[in-house]
Amino acid sequence: MESNNSKELKVSAIKDGTVIDHIPAQNLFKVISLLGLEKIPNAITFGTNLESKKLGRKSIIKVSDRFFEDDEINKIALVAPEAKLNIIKDYEVVEKRQVSLPDELTGYVRCFNPKCITNHEDITTHFFVVSKMPLALKCRYCEKVTTEEHMVIE
Amino acid sequence: MIKNKSLVSINDISKEDMLRILELAADFEANPDQPLLRGKIIASLFFEPSTRTRLSFETAMNRLGARVIGFSDPGVTSATKGETLKDTIKMVSNYADLIVMRHYLEGAARYAAEQSPVPVINAGDGANQHPTQTLLDMYSINKTQGGLDNLKIALVGDLKYGRTVHSLIQAMSYFNPTFYFVAPDELKMPQEYKTFLDEKGITYEEHRDMADVLPTADILYMTRVQKERFSDLMEYERVKNTYVLHNDMLSVTKDNLRILHPLPRVGEISTDVDQNPKAYFFEQAKNGMYTRMAIIAAILGAKE
Repeated sequence: MESNNSKELKVSAIKDGTVIDHIPAQNLFKVISLLGLEKIPNAITFGTNLESKKLGRKSIIKVSDRFFEDDEINKIALVAPEAKLNIIKDYEVVEKRQVSLPDELTGYVRCFNPKCITNHEDITTHFFVVSKMPLALKCRYCEKVTTEEHMVIE
Repeated sequence: MIKNKSLVSINDISKEDMLRILELAADFEANPDQPLLRGKIIASLFFEPSTRTRLSFETAMNRLGARVIGFSDPGVTSATKGETLKDTIKMVSNYADLIVMRHYLEGAARYAAEQSPVPVINAGDGANQHPTQTLLDMYSINKTQGGLDNLKIALVGDLKYGRTVHSLIQAMSYFNPTFYFVAPDELKMPQEYKTFLDEKGITYEEHRDMADVLPTADILYMTRVQKERFSDLMEYERVKNTYVLHNDMLSVTKDNLRILHPLPRVGEISTDVDQNPKAYFFEQAKNGMYTRMAIIAAILGAKE
């Protein structure tokens, strides 16, 4: 086991914290930005363009001494629907979780409709998730559906 | 029912509320002189000109005895100075008991309703929702057909962008209708509405030619086919006359057929239809006033 792990883990292990695995390589920086990781003082290591059977190329992020609430972390399912969380305590994985998109989303995503009020005034966007796969978000305001193809993350 | 609530989208109201509004509207039609809102002030905020809708709403307000404040031309408001919608609504809601608002941006009504401590009625937000139009359409259907159940409703023209037809199929879906969608290929009913009907088990047929459905329809709901909606102008020239109704086409229709149109019409109903007793679009507009009286009175609690 020990040797297997050391072969797979190309990013150094952490003592306590959260490992976010199975992020599509191209979306690493979107995940960082969605979680605001660039603004926190914790030690963070990440690897990108790592080989993955599922995703081709994946990224992994390890955040020391930080544990996320569900509604805080679940929004990364927008850009990393397959992401898995490993909660680490004293070098041991004590919990594994799969992210899953909540039924409603506030902020982060812009409505694709240029005539939507949210694109003209300072309003936090609010979407109802009408489909998770493929992604479809219905705007609370203009009622138009933003799909993955047109999705812009703030 | 809808007392003290905003009316932003047709999806906000239940079947029971719709039926109650139609009952109240019939009551106002039978007895229009009911100044139940004396002492109330209603704001009529038209950020986009719409003479027809504004006159209908303001007549309804006046008939109910309310006083009306507001504007019909956004050019005279501080919106032109860059004031946000939020600030305008916060200010006006200090003065008025109810706000009726038309805005050119989609979602503006939902946002205004969130910001306002008094109820907001959406009188149209861009291409999104115009719920009082839907309710007056239902009132007209109910009145001319003696009920709402099991009707054959033909929707003709621009079914892709026409918000009135989208809201109408959602609202009528409670009453087991059969829909005939008659549109050119470029302006067909979007898939999301067909999926909605499939999920509800409601029958619909798609046609290119109005003649296919005229003999069986109970309601013929006409809409404008606008040139600017076509990416291919040759296609527009080819189909434009296909979606024009002439009087001689009505000879094959059922006696109870009535023709509705949200107005303004621009040529899609020939004027020779106007004298036919099946033409109902001007009465439909008048019904709008009674329906709006019912909605305003219900929201302000003057009618339970």
